[in-house]
Amino acid sequence: MDLFEYQGKQYFAKYNIPVSAGGVATTVDEAVAVAATAKYPVVVKAQVQVGGRGKAGGIKLANDEAEVRLHAKNILGMDIKGHVVKRVWVEHASDIAEEYYASFTLDRAAKQHLLMLSAQGGVEIEDVAAKDPTAIVKLHINPIDGLSLETARRASVEAKIPAQALDGVADMLVKLYNCFTQGDCDLAEINPLILKPTGEIHALDAKVSLDVNASFRHPEWAEYAATEELDAREQLAREKNLQYIGLDGTVGIIANGAGLAMSTLDVVNQVGGTAANFLDIGGGANAELMTAALEVINSDPKVKSILINIFGGITRGEEVAKGIVEAVKRVALRAPIVIRLDGTNADEGRKILADAGIPESQLTSRPTMLEAARAAVEMAK
Amino acid sequence: MAIFVDQNTKVIVQGLTGGQGRFHGLRNKAYGTQVVGGVTPGKAGQDVEGIPVFDSVADAVAATGANASFIAVPPKAAPAAILEAARAGIGFVVCITEGVPAQDEARVFATLQRDYPATRLLGPNCPGIISPGKCNIGITAGEIAQLPSASGPNVGIVSRSGTLTYQALYELKQQGIGVSTCVGIGGDPVPGTSFVDCLAQFQADPETHAIIMIGEIGGSAEEEAAEFITNHVTKPMSAYIAGVTAPAGKKMGHAGAIVSGGKGTAQGKMDALRAAGVQIGLNPTEAGILMAEIVRTIRS
Repeated sequence: MDLFEYQGKQYFAKYNIPVSAGGVATTVDEAVAVAATAKYPVVVKAQVQVGGRGKAGGIKLANDEAEVRLHAKNILGMDIKGHVVKRVWVEHASDIAEEYYASFTLDRAAKQHLLMLSAQGGVEIEDVAAKDPTAIVKLHINPIDGLSLETARRASVEAKIPAQALDGVADMLVKLYNCFTQGDCDLAEINPLILKPTGEIHALDAKVSLDVNASFRHPEWAEYAATEELDAREQLAREKNLQYIGLDGTVGIIANGAGLAMSTLDVVNQVGGTAANFLDIGGGANAELMTAALEVINSDPKVKSILINIFGGITRGEEVAKGIVEAVKRVALRAPIVIRLDGTNADEGRKILADAGIPESQLTSRPTMLEAARAAVEMAK
Repeated sequence: MAIFVDQNTKVIVQGLTGGQGRFHGLRNKAYGTQVVGGVTPGKAGQDVEGIPVFDSVADAVAATGANASFIAVPPKAAPAAILEAARAGIGFVVCITEGVPAQDEARVFATLQRDYPATRLLGPNCPGIISPGKCNIGITAGEIAQLPSASGPNVGIVSRSGTLTYQALYELKQQGIGVSTCVGIGGDPVPGTSFVDCLAQFQADPETHAIIMIGEIGGSAEEEAAEFITNHVTKPMSAYIAGVTAPAGKKMGHAGAIVSGGKGTAQGKMDALRAAGVQIGLNPTEAGILMAEIVRTIRS
């Protein structure tokens, strides 16, 4: 789960990472009130989860109330690459002497934590990596050893962080590492990490992605889930506890298992169609789940046909078929269904589907993934 | 022969008295697996349809001589359960638990590596392992796995995704091809057992004559496998990678299945495997058909 900048900064603050005084605002008046507390000059920053906010005019300096009003009014409601700005973060403007980059992630290949540190911050780190890979220090950290202040300082020296900033950066790295590990982040990134003319080190931005598997030990994350930007279909799917991702195509997809669902998308694409979604219905595939899945797919106006791809393992084919028949009766579908049912007791399942008395125009069965995909894509044309 | 588990493997189920542990533990036993005990703290002396329950893994090992464990406990309890099995000297641990935090997985993996190098972990979030006719640990429906033939050729299966593992088993059964062992390594960011671990075992296993590999987007495990295949695998292989059309930045169900920063794409993985001499199917059925051709070539 990706956090907005303001949430990331509030998360950083819990781990004693210094961030600017500021607050979040959803209206112009709120922005003015926050600015007064943060002390002028302030920066008004659009809260969207997409890069290039500055270039789009979503980050503005304001020296007084009139300027805050002007900028907040312009930025709230602004469309940045398809993301509508609902909130601004207003914070005290910082004087910047230098800009660095720091992040922690899990390196899956090495199965260890990875620190990336550079004295060249403030720009896209991918650009730095492309132009001058040696400008980024990469350090693996064994998760059971952790990151000591000494190691953090050595990495900072190696990254050519200037002498006056070394202690501050090393201290910041240890705090960011604690946030990354104790805070169950997939990513904790500061860009830019700034050195102020006064010598202090400070996080000017915050990019935090949380591992939702750890939600059980972070009840405080509930507030982040509430602000997650989902489209109407994704919202409905979440309420029904389905693994759903909205896409732009015309063939609605239901499959059991994430791998099989991904594979179904691929096969639809292979035969010239486009998928409207990814939906993993899980192992059960009973009538309740199938009904919920069909309701979500049915709510998508782009869907022209529905492809159900189920492989019966422990869940036997006849149980799956009964669930589908029941669900089709419950939901007033706008699009025809093509089913591929395979695996344990698939023949019995197909017989149930054939004998259910559902017209061919509404529900047809195909024996293989490829044939089912072809039929669904044809119907979506 | 088979890899990791065979008819001599003695399994205990951690969480046998829970819903999942009981359901799958009994199914594994019904398949013919030696399920010799269960572990649930505080329930020693009870039994689940004749399988004795112990308070700790150490007690279960002492009483039964178990050498493998099947962990079916909630995500909160899974890391401690894995380490308890390792401490008790269990050599092969299968953890099917879905939803273990990545930080916990990383710490558990590092702890096993440092303190219990003799213990191999499969999973978490994996369907398990089946050596058809010999041993089935996990959630695979045993009846969809074709028994290996004494004269060969037999195929080894290794896969990151659960349902695609079944799909692969099914494709081979349709083609009448025997399976030596089928390993589901799971889709999480830090799996205990990797493609490379399984490929090394299959390469060394005289009963495995060819290998089918099912990968998916995210991470670099398939690319590492490709490098290993180039240098160490001489047995013929076919493969399928799921997620060619998956959009960047969206997790496709598995915690590990995400294309980020242009890395971990299906295309990149297919290219790497092709360069290593692996035949690539564009869907699971194609990978099965390619394997059938490989097997025909071996037979003739």
